Amino acid sequence: MEYHLKTPVPEAEVRKLRVGDVIYVTGTVITARDEAHLKSLELHEAGKRPPVDFKGVAVFHCGPIMRKAGKGWETVAAGPTTSDRMEIFQDKFIEAFRPAVIIGKGGMGDRTSKACQQYGCVYGAFTGGAALLAVKGIKGVRDVFWLEELGMPECLWVYDVDDFGPMIITIDAHGGNLTADVKKLVTARRDRIMAEMK
Amino acid sequence: MTIEKVVEDTAVELLRITATEYPKEYVKELEKLMKETRGEVGKSQMVSILEDVALARKESWPMCQDTGLVAFMVKLGDEFPLRSGLKEVLVNATRRATKEIPLRPNAVDMLKGNTNDNVCDPHVPILYVELVPGKNLELTAMPKGGGSSNVAAHRMLKPGLGMKGVKNFVIEALAAAGSLGCPPYFVGVGVGASEDYCMVLAKKALLKPFKVRNTDPKIATIEEELLTKVNELGIGAMGLGEGPTALDLHIEMAARHPASLPVGIVISCWALRHVKATIGADGKVRIDKSA
Repeated sequence: MEYHLKTPVPEAEVRKLRVGDVIYVTGTVITARDEAHLKSLELHEAGKRPPVDFKGVAVFHCGPIMRKAGKGWETVAAGPTTSDRMEIFQDKFIEAFRPAVIIGKGGMGDRTSKACQQYGCVYGAFTGGAALLAVKGIKGVRDVFWLEELGMPECLWVYDVDDFGPMIITIDAHGGNLTADVKKLVTARRDRIMAEMK
Repeated sequence: MTIEKVVEDTAVELLRITATEYPKEYVKELEKLMKETRGEVGKSQMVSILEDVALARKESWPMCQDTGLVAFMVKLGDEFPLRSGLKEVLVNATRRATKEIPLRPNAVDMLKGNTNDNVCDPHVPILYVELVPGKNLELTAMPKGGGSSNVAAHRMLKPGLGMKGVKNFVIEALAAAGSLGCPPYFVGVGVGASEDYCMVLAKKALLKPFKVRNTDPKIATIEEELLTKVNELGIGAMGLGEGPTALDLHIEMAARHPASLPVGIVISCWALRHVKATIGADGKVRIDKSA
């Protein structure tokens, strides 16, 4: 199934999505990688709030190339980064900030999958490296936070997007995890190939 | 124009080409594999890649936001007029390319943070220098993304495990890389030499011509065998279990110490980026974009 979501995405709509569905997002996408996840969670634990509201929006594992254009910014290239690095704190992030969609590449593990089930979130895989395809869906740069402190790849870029995608749901809110399923198959094949190696 | 200026301009141009022009041979291969892929999920990944690289070529913008840690492979001819000054020229070219293309600032000083210009003295950009006879400078730009660099593998095998041990290690490393480094992959395997140099051999193996097998028929057979077996793992495009896992695999071998069997495995994402220029002592430049 193909879905065109608008942020903030209601939890009921998120729970309709299943592994293998294709989604496009219109509304708000916010980039956050390792440092932005850490800093947001540190603020949360100190009882403070990050400068943006992640509730119901799409969080994008991405360190884009940006260029100054007049008073604003232009997005040069903005493909996904490897999501696995965020596995160590994505569950806490979902619990604290309740985003509707996590966008990245390479898939994520059990901790994220459990948080997606519990809090109503999905993981959408954007094709790795397809940075200009991503730019096509970005209509404008609404804001940027922590640029000075974290640098261009790691800071929070707040994008206005229109039919940003396609993303394939690889983690749904029902315990489905396509990447984990493929991993099991690959491991079994690896063992067979190695056992038969001459 | 001074020879310094010629080399600097050429290096900037090489970095632009690597970032924006995906080799046509790879495009053809992905088009073919897209048609052969059963399963819409796998097919859709190749559709996205092909759309992306077409946009990059048309707009002259980077195909991937990760424009890599900048590296140059250098073959410096004995009679080429520029010698130790080459490093400064390539550093300047890297700074210029970062602004002009633009490239993402990817050089992070562990203590001071991102340098913002892809340069961090004395080691970045990385230079691999080889001295060769003749009047030419052969310069290959090879920026490499972080995602697929993170899945590289290295092991000092017990020599008694022999080639079978090497082959199993390749399978193990690719299975571990899984979805993480943007498959379909290019694989470089370095066998022998020392604990560090096997990794350089593996990286240089990635630069070998696309689908041209090793000149040694025995090694060529192993390359074929391993490429087939890596694809049997079924990781698939972007690790989604459908479509190709690897596009090519090359092995570079060297002699080893009797007690050691070093193996290095360097993996590239589908966006393997490299382009070579030959610059004559007279300042004439020839760029070779073939894969």
